[in-house]
Amino acid sequence: MKRISSASELEDLRKAILQERDPTKKIIRICNTGCRGSGSIKVADAFVHQITAENLQGRVTIKRTGCHGFCEIGPVLVIEPDNILYQKVKPDDVPEILSETILQGNLIERLLYRDPENGEKISQEADIPFYQNQRKMVSHRAGRIDPEDIDDYIAEGGYTALSKALTTMSPVEIIHTVEASGLRGRGGGGFPAGRKWRSCREAEGIVKYVIANGDEGDPGAFMDRSLMEGDPHSIIEGMIIGGYAIGANEGFIYVRDEYPIAVEHLSIAIEQAEAYGLLGKNILSSGFDFTVEINRGAGAFVCGESTALMNSLEGKVGEPRAKYIHTVESGLWERPSNLNNVETWANVPLIINQGVERYVETGTQGSKGTKIFSLVGKVRNTGLVEVPMGITLREIIYDIGGGIRKDKRFKAVQTGGPSGGCIPASKLDIPVDYDSLKEVGSMMGSGGLIVMDENSCMVDVAKYFIGFLLYESCGKCVPCREGLKQMHEILSNISEGHGEEGDVELLEEIAHFMIEASMCALGGSAPNPVLSTIRYFRNEYEAHIFAKKCQAGVCRNLFEYFIDETLCDGCTLCRKKCPEGAISGEKKQVHVIDPAKCINCGICFGLCKKEAVRVR
Amino acid sequence: MVTLTIDGKLINVEPETPIIQAARQLGINIPTLCHHEALKPYGACRLCVVEVVKHKWSRLVTSCNYPAQEGLEVLTSSDRVKRTRRMLLEFFLARCPNVPVIQQMAEKMGLKTSRLKKKEDERCILCGLCVRVCEEMVGVSAISFSNRGTAREVNTPFGVESEVCIGCGGCTYVCPTGCIEMVGELHAPGGRRLKMGDLALDPCPNDYQCATCELEKQFLGEMKRAVKDFRQQR
Repeated sequence: MKRISSASELEDLRKAILQERDPTKKIIRICNTGCRGSGSIKVADAFVHQITAENLQGRVTIKRTGCHGFCEIGPVLVIEPDNILYQKVKPDDVPEILSETILQGNLIERLLYRDPENGEKISQEADIPFYQNQRKMVSHRAGRIDPEDIDDYIAEGGYTALSKALTTMSPVEIIHTVEASGLRGRGGGGFPAGRKWRSCREAEGIVKYVIANGDEGDPGAFMDRSLMEGDPHSIIEGMIIGGYAIGANEGFIYVRDEYPIAVEHLSIAIEQAEAYGLLGKNILSSGFDFTVEINRGAGAFVCGESTALMNSLEGKVGEPRAKYIHTVESGLWERPSNLNNVETWANVPLIINQGVERYVETGTQGSKGTKIFSLVGKVRNTGLVEVPMGITLREIIYDIGGGIRKDKRFKAVQTGGPSGGCIPASKLDIPVDYDSLKEVGSMMGSGGLIVMDENSCMVDVAKYFIGFLLYESCGKCVPCREGLKQMHEILSNISEGHGEEGDVELLEEIAHFMIEASMCALGGSAPNPVLSTIRYFRNEYEAHIFAKKCQAGVCRNLFEYFIDETLCDGCTLCRKKCPEGAISGEKKQVHVIDPAKCINCGICFGLCKKEAVRVR
Repeated sequence: MVTLTIDGKLINVEPETPIIQAARQLGINIPTLCHHEALKPYGACRLCVVEVVKHKWSRLVTSCNYPAQEGLEVLTSSDRVKRTRRMLLEFFLARCPNVPVIQQMAEKMGLKTSRLKKKEDERCILCGLCVRVCEEMVGVSAISFSNRGTAREVNTPFGVESEVCIGCGGCTYVCPTGCIEMVGELHAPGGRRLKMGDLALDPCPNDYQCATCELEKQFLGEMKRAVKDFRQQR
C-alpha cells in the first residue's frame, strides 16, 4: 500500500479504485456479521466454491459486508447492480442463484421477500417496507462495503471528510460546525457533542485524549456493534477529525471483548489506515499526528459509564468516580479527555461532508440527524433500523417493524436499554427524540427498542431489568447497590404473590432516593423501569398485590391455565405433551386441565393451534 | 481563595477544598462513614450529602469530594438532605442491623428500625477505608475489593492469606464498624495478623468507636513504626 500524502492523492486513489471496477460484473453482497448466526458464512463459502467450480470469476464476485439491518430474514444477500434481495438463503440455493439470477437474469420467486400485508413478492431491496421507511445516513455503508477493505470505504467517499477537515478547516471551525449541527451524544445522555469538544479543547493541558465508547452492554442492543463490525472506518475517521479539532493526538476505542468481529474489523481498519498514512504522523501532510488504539473491555455493563470506562482504560477496576470535575478537564490519566459513543463519532464525517445546512434538515428542533435503533422483541421485523429523529414510535413499530407478531395486542415498548422506561400504547405517537422520551419517563439510551405484547407482565419486566442492573452494578455506592437489591427483593415478592400494601409506594420512595443520591448515571437511571411501569401499569402491580393475579400469565404463582370449551377441538396435542399428565380428554372431545396437577409450565399454551389454552 | 456560604455562614478557603473540610472549619459537622482526611475522597457511603445551590439550580452532592467554588451556597441539613440521609441510614440499618455506630446514627435521625429486608449479621459496610489505607498510606494493597454489586466484599487477592500484609493494623484502626480484627502480638512469634469475618476473638470492647481511646494513640504509633520498619526492609 502506498502512503497517501495529500488530499489530491486520496482523490486519485478513489478514482483509480473506481476505474478498476468492471461495471458489468455482478456483485453479491452478503451479510458476514449479524447473519453469521443464521449461517451466512456457509452460504458465502458455498458461493466462492461454486464460482471457482463453474469458472465464473469474471462474471460475479462475493462481497462479505456488515449488517444489512433486516436480521429477521437472514441470511440476507443483495445482488448488484440490480439490487435484488434474497432472504433466508441456504447453501443449497447457491447453484440456482448463480445459474438463474447471475447468468440468466431470472428471479427466484421463493427467495424473494413476501410482503405480509398483501402477499406480494418484492424483488428490490429499496421497495421493501422495512427499508422504505428508514433513512440510512450513518449506517448506509454497513451493508454495502467490505469492512475489511479500506479501498471499498474510500471508493464510497470515505476519508473525504478527513481530507476536507485537515486541509481546509481550522480546528475551531470544525468545532463550530459540530456545534451548529446540533449533534447530541448518541450513547444515551444526549449531551451536545460540539460543546463537549469545545470544553475539552479549552481545557488546560498539553496531552489530551479522544475516546470512542463501544462498550454497548444493553440486553437486545446491537447498534454500535453493527457499526464497528460493518463500517469501522467511519468511526476512525470521526475520531481523527475530533482529535484534530480538540488538539488530541491519541485516541482509544473501548470495545467489549464479547464483540470479537468488531475487535477484528477495527484492528484491520486501523492497520490499513496506518498503511495509507491516514493514521500516524503528519496525516495528509497537515502536520497533525494521530494514533488509535483498541482497548478490549471485559464485559462489565458499568464500564459504559464514562468515568468507569476511563478507570478501566487505565487498568483499574471499572468503577465510576465522582464527576464534579468534568472528564473534559480531568479524565483519562487525569488529562482532558473527550469521550463519545461510536455512533456519535460516525456522525462526524457525515456532518463535515454534508455541511451543517443539509445535516440539520433531518430531525427535530432539539435533536438533529438520525438515530440507529435495534428493534427487537415481539415485533415482526426485528433488526437494525435507522430513522430520522422525530419519527413516532408507532411508525417504527408498525411501518418499519411490521406490527406485533401473531397480531397480538401491543402492550409497551422499552426504550433506552435496561435503565430506560416502558412506554405504553397511549404514548406511541410521541416523536422519538431526546426530550420527548425523557418527558414520558424513559430515555433515548443507546437505542434499544424492545417491543412487548399482551403476554408480557410489567412487574416481571421491571424485575428482569432490575435484576440485570443489580448484577451489573459495581457496588461502590450505597444507593445503587443496596437500593437495587431491596427493589429486586420487593419485586420478587410481588411476582411470587407475597406483595403487600405499601410495596408500590416503598418502591417509588427507593427509586426517587436512588435518582437523588447515586454516584453515577447507572444508579441514577436504574429506577426508570420501575418508575415507568408503576406510572403506566399501576393496575398490574395492584392486581399482583391485592388480587394475587397476573393477567399476562407470566408470574407462575398468580394465574392458572384453563381450556376454553368453545375453542378446543380435541386434537389431544396438549394432553400428549403435558409433562405432569394434568390434561385429560378424549380425542375430538373438549380437554380439561387439572389445576392441582398443573405446574404452569406453559407448554400447552404455546402448543395449542386453536389458542384454546387461556390464562385466568 | 474562594468565598462560599455554608448554612448561611461565609467562609474563605483554598479553591478545590472539599466542602466537608470547609464545613469542619466552621464547626459544622457533616456525618460520614467513608471519609478520612488522610485519604483521597471516595464518595461511597453518600452520608455526607449536602445541597449546593449554583446559579439558582440546586442539587445534592457528596461534600467529601465536591470542591469549594466561588459563590457556592451550601446547605448541610436542608429537608432534602435530611430525607436522603435518613433513607441511607435505613439501608445501612438493613445491611448491618447490629453495628452500634449505625444504630447510633440512625437513632439521631429518629430511626429505630428499617422497613427494608434486613441481613442477618453483616458488619462490613464496604466503605473502603481499610482498602484505601492499605493502598494509599501503607502502599502494599494487601486487601482490596473483589466481585461487584451485591457480591462485593473486601478480601485479599484470590482469598488466600496475604504475603504482603505487614500487620500494621491500619485497616483495623480506620474501620468504622469494627469488622477487621487483630490477632496476635506485633513482636510475638508469628507476628501480628489481621482477621476478617466472624472469628471467635476478642474485639475491642467498645467496637472501635471511642475517639479518645488510649489504644488509638498506641495504634497510631505502632502503625507508623511498622510502616517505617517495612520500608527500611525494602
